[in-house]
Amino acid sequence: MPAIVVEDLRKAYRIAVRHKGAFAGLRSFLRPRWRTVDALAGVSFTLERGELVGYIGPNGAGKSTTVKLLSGILVPDGGRCEVLGHVPWKERVAYVRRIGVVFGQRTQLWWDLPARDSFDLLRDIYRVPPADYRRALDELVTTLDLAPLLDVPVRQLSLGQRMRCDLAAALVHAPDILFLDEPTIGLDAVSKLAVRRFIRRVNQERGLTVILTTHDMDDIESLCSRVLVLANGRLLSDGPLEALRAKVTHERWLIVDLADSAAELADPAAEVIRREGDRVTLRFDPAAVSTAELVGRVSARYPVRDLYVQNPPIEEIIARIYGDRGDEAGP
Amino acid sequence: MKPYLALFRARCRVLLQYRAAAVAGFGTQLLFGLVKMMVLEAFYTHARVEAPLTLAQAISYTWLAQAFFHLLPFSANPDPEVRDMIRTGHVAYEMTRPIDLHGLWWMRALASRTAPTLMRAVPMFLVAVPFLGLQAPASLPSALAFTVTILAAALLTSAFTTIITATLMWTVSGDGIARIMPSLVSVGAGLVVPLPLFPAWAQPILSALPFRGMADEPFRLYLGDLPPSAALPVLAKQLVWTAILVLIGRAIVASGRRRLVVQGG
Repeated sequence: MPAIVVEDLRKAYRIAVRHKGAFAGLRSFLRPRWRTVDALAGVSFTLERGELVGYIGPNGAGKSTTVKLLSGILVPDGGRCEVLGHVPWKERVAYVRRIGVVFGQRTQLWWDLPARDSFDLLRDIYRVPPADYRRALDELVTTLDLAPLLDVPVRQLSLGQRMRCDLAAALVHAPDILFLDEPTIGLDAVSKLAVRRFIRRVNQERGLTVILTTHDMDDIESLCSRVLVLANGRLLSDGPLEALRAKVTHERWLIVDLADSAAELADPAAEVIRREGDRVTLRFDPAAVSTAELVGRVSARYPVRDLYVQNPPIEEIIARIYGDRGDEAGP
Repeated sequence: MKPYLALFRARCRVLLQYRAAAVAGFGTQLLFGLVKMMVLEAFYTHARVEAPLTLAQAISYTWLAQAFFHLLPFSANPDPEVRDMIRTGHVAYEMTRPIDLHGLWWMRALASRTAPTLMRAVPMFLVAVPFLGLQAPASLPSALAFTVTILAAALLTSAFTTIITATLMWTVSGDGIARIMPSLVSVGAGLVVPLPLFPAWAQPILSALPFRGMADEPFRLYLGDLPPSAALPVLAKQLVWTAILVLIGRAIVASGRRRLVVQGG
């Protein structure tokens, strides 16, 4: 049985629209006008247990709305959704016992209390048996290196430290599914790596199903085998990262470090898209010119110190998908 | 019950950290108590009819009202943290917990009413009994009746403030209702003027409202103005009102949940 089934999920928000012209403020007050915005306009997908899926899209695409619908917080306007056999918003209390949620922009820890107190409180809220709790907490403290943080009031933790505690808080009750809404937002590079390492670990070792929304393409590239791309409340793409790449573009990038910074580089089969000092980035289509041929030609004609071939970064691909749909986040 | 008890305890732990607020609250209550005491004395000196409470009783009533001032939602908002949670969307986390949302807020409210009250009431007793004319309880049974009914009053009051909190699901700022209700409650419960001093025609109205059980009746049990035998009917009324307010609150939360929008993405 799949872990998550979503069919034609819809959610609209009502937004107050201001009147224009004379006495606009007064008229808005007396007779408010409303506009409906489709946050989700029919989204469908299925997730198997143990999958780690990236859920990406520009701001306002409906990512967080999806997570909030799936975690039982919001009630949808239409469509079907079943997670672990539950309809989230109908059997909320029974259902949320089996999920863990992290919203990167908020904390679930009690601001004025040490993290340990929040964990203890969560133990009581989720009715975790003491032995299970001790085992789970010990493991989380070790893997997330929380020991020095446990007795500090949460308000005094750094963002990275707090996020590690938040991740632990989402897992003390050993959920089957973990929803992560921008867990790396605002973190420094080291904290991001720690968070990613931890997410990969719980996914692989515990078989935890993870849905990860993010704007950080490094998160996606280092963690997710499957990516759902959302824009304007609709799914644009669903599949492995490689398929997403292939769907949008076949192009490769050839990055050349020249020994002579004054040298000009040009090739009929490739296009120079960037030049930074000695480093030149060329874009080419491997169907039109083979990589070996291009590399041979460039290194024969120019004073090359180093060169390598890579796929275009995922940001470029995403920007292109959004751009193709005439979206706000176009390149 | 365990999750709710744990929430209550954790919330109390947070609130007990706010000692400066307690000191300030205590000072304010002391000052206002002195003013009310002087007003009462002036009234009693010039009263031409027999008052339903003796001056000593009225003064004791006033000090009890000052001691338990925080039990009632006198501030602009009974639980500013929940308001902020709703404003900023933090409420989303509350809803991913396997507990009932109304129960969760009720426990928060109960803690918000009791922990700060404790910090203010104890010093008030320590000062007002020896120096300011707060009588000791009329008798041991009176003391017992007071203890039980003031605890029930905490349940009743917090069930009521939970309703105010739940209306925040409709109005984002929510200060409108939250500002009107506390003034009504303070008057109706007897915190402003002792209820027995209200005219006779007002008494049935005051008795029909749920607020009397929040302060007035426990206080009068303390003073012996109500005999200890009245404790049971008072308690019964408090519990029935609590049940009614909880049902209303639950209905509001349930219908609010359908239209919830999480603010701030």
